[in-house]
Amino acid sequence: MDPTETELIAAVLKGDAASFEPLVERYSPRVFATARRYARRESEVEDIVQEVWLKAFQKLNTFRGDAPFEHWLMRLAVHTCYDFLRAHQRNRESTFSELTDPEEDWLNRFVTDPGSASEHADAARLLIQRVMEQLSPPARLIITLLEIEDRSVKEIAALTGWSVPLVKVRAFRARAEMRKLLAKIARDKYL
Amino acid sequence: MNMSELQNKLIAAARAHPPSDRVPYAFEKRILARLAARPALDVWVVWSRALWRGALGCLAVVLVLGAGSLFLPVNGGGANDLSQDFETTMLASVDQDSDSAW
Repeated sequence: MDPTETELIAAVLKGDAASFEPLVERYSPRVFATARRYARRESEVEDIVQEVWLKAFQKLNTFRGDAPFEHWLMRLAVHTCYDFLRAHQRNRESTFSELTDPEEDWLNRFVTDPGSASEHADAARLLIQRVMEQLSPPARLIITLLEIEDRSVKEIAALTGWSVPLVKVRAFRARAEMRKLLAKIARDKYL
Repeated sequence: MNMSELQNKLIAAARAHPPSDRVPYAFEKRILARLAARPALDVWVVWSRALWRGALGCLAVVLVLGAGSLFLPVNGGGANDLSQDFETTMLASVDQDSDSAW
């Protein structure tokens, strides 16, 4: 019979590091998907996920068991991704002048007929990725959690450790920041 | 260009393309190998760190008390008053006895 999560965690805390492997195997897909929202290069994604698991191992004694292990782990993952964004914020691109042809075509189609510019198009995915990379770390985190992953303000507060009012203020600022970036696209491309 | 509509459309694009949850081959083995390669905990290092923290705490208490003794007003007569009051009280019975004898 497979050991339960509680049994695996107890075994790791007693010194059996090998019991950590099933936890890594079980939750790595979720952690990788989260990391891929915040880093583009696969090497950076792997670094983030490794960091998450190393921290999880070191801090496992702080896991109280009053919430599922996955929630505790995802909180750690979000914190690690946020730290990554803050450490790399100087590397943000500063211009939209290097849009690819498909991205430009998609924008042109949106301008002439918004309905014809599909959100399923790859160009749209690349464009939103560009915009997200230019947002400040708190704005990018909030837009990702609130708008893209559709989490509630309360969930975001629990994941980030921010208070509910702070999440709301940051959400307001993040949306404004994103609109400002999009207005910059319009100015750069069409004026 | 309608910015709100563009914003909503791009957010919808991000939702329509969730990131992959693919895990590199043998990733969990690499994590376990990294954990095994970490240096073992040195008990003496932990102990010395705790002692240093204790020493710094004691130093802080000494400084606070020292500052208190320098800057707080000293009630110099207090200790003397107490010892004199005690002496007076103890000798009161002796004084009474000697008075009555006369």
